[in-house]
Amino acid sequence: MSTLAVHDHGASVHDHDHEHHHHDTFITKYVFSQDHKMIAKQFLITGITMAVIAMLLSILFRIQLAYPDKTFPLLETLLGRFAPGGRLDPEFYLSLVTIHGTIMVFFVLTAGLSGTFSNLLIPLQVGSRDMASPFVNMLSYWFFFMASVIMLSSFFIQKGPAGPGWTIYPPLSALPKAMKGSELGMTLWLISMVCFIASSLMGGINYVSTVLNMRTKGMDLWKMPLTVWAFFLTAILGILSFPVLVAGVVLLIFDRSFGTSFYLSDIVLNGKLLPYSGGSPILFQHLFWFLGHPEVYIVIMPAMGISSEVIAVNSRKPIFGYHAMVYSLIGITTLSFIVWGHHMFVTGMNPFLGGVFMITTLIIAVPSAVKTFNWIATMWRGNIRFTPAMLFAIGLVSFFISGGLTGIFLGNSALDINLHDTYFVVAHFHLVMGSAAIFGMLAGVYHWFPKLFAGRLMDEKLGYLHFWITFICAYLVFFPMHFMGLDGVPRRYYAMTAFPAFNHWLSVNTFITWAAIVAALAQVAFLYNFFHSIFFGKRPSQNPWNATTLEWTAPIEHIHGNWPGEIPTVYRWPYDYSKPGHDADFIPQTTPYSETMASNLPHDFEDNPAGLEQYNTWVKANKPGEEVK
Amino acid sequence: MGFRRLIDSKKILSLFAAFTLLGTNTLMAQTAAAGTDAPVDKGAMWLGVGYYVLLFLLVCVIVAVVGKILKIYDLTLKMQGKKGIQWNNIIGVICIVFLVAGLYGTYWSFTEQGTHILPEAASAHGGKIDMMFWVTTAITMIVFLLTQVLLFGFAFKYRGSEKRKGYYYPHNNTIEKIWTIIPAIVLTILVVFGFFTWREVTNTKDVKGDINIEITGHQFQWELRYPGKDGKLGSSDYQLYYTTTNMLAVSPKDRNSYDDLKADTLMLPVNKSIRLNIHAQDVIHSVYLPHFRVQMNAVPGLPTFFKFTPTITTADMRNRLDDPNFNYLLYCNKICGGGHYNMQKVVMVVTEAEYQDWLSRQKPYVSDQLKKEWQLAYGSQVKELTGKRVALNN
Repeated sequence: MSTLAVHDHGASVHDHDHEHHHHDTFITKYVFSQDHKMIAKQFLITGITMAVIAMLLSILFRIQLAYPDKTFPLLETLLGRFAPGGRLDPEFYLSLVTIHGTIMVFFVLTAGLSGTFSNLLIPLQVGSRDMASPFVNMLSYWFFFMASVIMLSSFFIQKGPAGPGWTIYPPLSALPKAMKGSELGMTLWLISMVCFIASSLMGGINYVSTVLNMRTKGMDLWKMPLTVWAFFLTAILGILSFPVLVAGVVLLIFDRSFGTSFYLSDIVLNGKLLPYSGGSPILFQHLFWFLGHPEVYIVIMPAMGISSEVIAVNSRKPIFGYHAMVYSLIGITTLSFIVWGHHMFVTGMNPFLGGVFMITTLIIAVPSAVKTFNWIATMWRGNIRFTPAMLFAIGLVSFFISGGLTGIFLGNSALDINLHDTYFVVAHFHLVMGSAAIFGMLAGVYHWFPKLFAGRLMDEKLGYLHFWITFICAYLVFFPMHFMGLDGVPRRYYAMTAFPAFNHWLSVNTFITWAAIVAALAQVAFLYNFFHSIFFGKRPSQNPWNATTLEWTAPIEHIHGNWPGEIPTVYRWPYDYSKPGHDADFIPQTTPYSETMASNLPHDFEDNPAGLEQYNTWVKANKPGEEVK
Repeated sequence: MGFRRLIDSKKILSLFAAFTLLGTNTLMAQTAAAGTDAPVDKGAMWLGVGYYVLLFLLVCVIVAVVGKILKIYDLTLKMQGKKGIQWNNIIGVICIVFLVAGLYGTYWSFTEQGTHILPEAASAHGGKIDMMFWVTTAITMIVFLLTQVLLFGFAFKYRGSEKRKGYYYPHNNTIEKIWTIIPAIVLTILVVFGFFTWREVTNTKDVKGDINIEITGHQFQWELRYPGKDGKLGSSDYQLYYTTTNMLAVSPKDRNSYDDLKADTLMLPVNKSIRLNIHAQDVIHSVYLPHFRVQMNAVPGLPTFFKFTPTITTADMRNRLDDPNFNYLLYCNKICGGGHYNMQKVVMVVTEAEYQDWLSRQKPYVSDQLKKEWQLAYGSQVKELTGKRVALNN
């Protein structure tokens, strides 16, 4: 380890010399940038754009659900043939649902979240000049950009975008004649996803190698902030699971275009027997969920890391149970690979296998519970500073509790029989991974805005407004859906009008839609705040939140290589907040113990006998009273 | 100074409003003039859009004005040598208000919408599932209340102040062990409970006397096939036997096929064990019978089944609900295309006598035309089987 650190150090000196001759053109600085901070911004702004688009799509189908019998001429003006006569076409409705899900899960909460914050924070928090491979990092963004463009382009083709749900189960997705959304739109979806996965892998490999090889002197793994731990484990999860989705997608492309039968067997479509035989649609589901389940942890773990950090900084307290937090992340990472079958309890999979998956699924609730309790314990007896970032982190914890608890119902295969594919599921995952993860992302944006946009701050009051409206409306949208699901209302229904028994949910649907519209409008406050603050935001000090981590020791102005001169050395863990005996309520990681004798604790020298001896001598000399203990 | 800015923003507001109105009007006039073939309601549409846009802008301006007022108030306080607005206190109070309102809202939705959930279980295993649901609900609601109260309670109680410092408390192994072990124990209980219920519901061996019914999904309908007097469904093979007259690809070489019946309604005798044999022809569908707590996907090429015992007849349920139009329904619960939202089948649970009566009135699946086709295609083999069937019936 130490040799690596020394080597790193040497390389950094070289970088510093190099800097003097470095001239960026517009293209190399803003477009094909290899600087991790610029790439983070590119990911963030692309992610926000995609999020706004996916949010607008959701408003469109929410309008259909609230007013299934009304026509809106505006829709026809905007969408043309997709909304003939001012009502959404049933197949286009499914396309909207599909693309909303795909964009939100992959483009916003995977690329937008991991891409932004892993890129921004890993080098800054572990103390390195840039990513392990800046060029691959740049490629990662541009593959993501390409994937986004291809995904959106499917709105401009004759038959419209992909429509078989974001899980694209074959045969529906494999048979172009089964629905409009399975034609060219589906092909574009698959191409887009292959680009996306390439991007995600390049990013992930970079994050892992940076964390493992490029930490600054003194930064051992147990001195890393929880954000870095979360990004690191997320990247490992992605590297191990995304390739399986590629395999699944490639076989699906073969079935669609080259007449193979990996997923198809005994198909009769429109009265015609098709020549497929011997395949299994369930095989695709296994491949899909082998990624798909780790994917929801890929989405939530970075958000957990961010909120751990934000809660500790703003409670002015060390995170409670740092080791437990890391071990629970590792536990979640490991277990997430063996729970995928809980998405398939009612597919006809062997019931015994279902039982096994139920056991593993409910075990994963234990580390999740530990994390929740630790967050709450961190706030206990804190000195809580309500920045917008802190509020969003609290919001994440609240959503994670509400949505996580319903996971105990769905993970139980016996209960899942009645709840599978109903609105109960919709409520569950929108709270636990949708809202929670997006709140983690927003917390990160508010908190690290000064690091993203050289020394600017977002407006706090607009942040408060944004938080409270979004938080309340998200609950208003998703809470009632639990009850709909328990009454047997299925998801992905274009209208409930065919079922008189569902009539009493119509008013609830209307209410949900209006809550969603208000939540969407509240995002205008965020967007205005975000873009306005890039140019006109307040200029804070170098360390506006009085945080301990390394990124706040870097200069306000972005420079290539992050620190002028030497990279700071790390001496302590990242959570020395409100340590008794120290005058300030935080001690940066770069402060050696020798400078904080009054606040040192025996615990600080667990694996450092020389330090402990010094500490004991100091205690003898300065605090004779404590020696007795 | 601040007030002048306030007045300015009001002026800007009215100017902006006038401008937007004008803009909307112009736009409206344009569309009305251009769209001769379109009906007049385009104008009304844009007027509506303009109205909502204006409303939203108004809200934005109000927010901006309130923001300015707060800023001025904050500055005035500071000018008088007091502290500015104490946001930590304000947000702390909002947290408590949210907590109380949220808890009341939860209670309200349980009493209001909660009354519509989980219609009475009409199958033998349904009660067990419901029982487990309520146990899980009780446990999770306790955790929900406890954690949310602590979360927002702490947010309020420990809201920041310059006088205090946080309490340096990095870890406590005992507490951490406790809150790892307690959830683990509770979850183990739920897992064991759930596992055995699940095995009971799914691990059903074939028992003599089960009523086999075949249900086949295709875009966007369900087809039903009942066994005849022999109680056995004829086997099927899509690759070999599918034709437009033999939609379910029933085998002509299986003698059980010949007395099979086709039906329009899923008619079930009460208190009899039913084995639904589930097929799909084109894409994945899902047989969902929420009243019976039954769900199983219909997968092309992979036959599935679900066994259950209905316990309440339709007539009985109508009485209990006091709704003469009530019907049990079966509907598709796996996205299957444009007509997914209306792929339903009426389910009737009746007494044994009514069931037998209904069964005797159903038409055979193997129609005369199909029989002729088969004779042409398979010749003597079919003749032999049909002959035997007649003999058996006599």
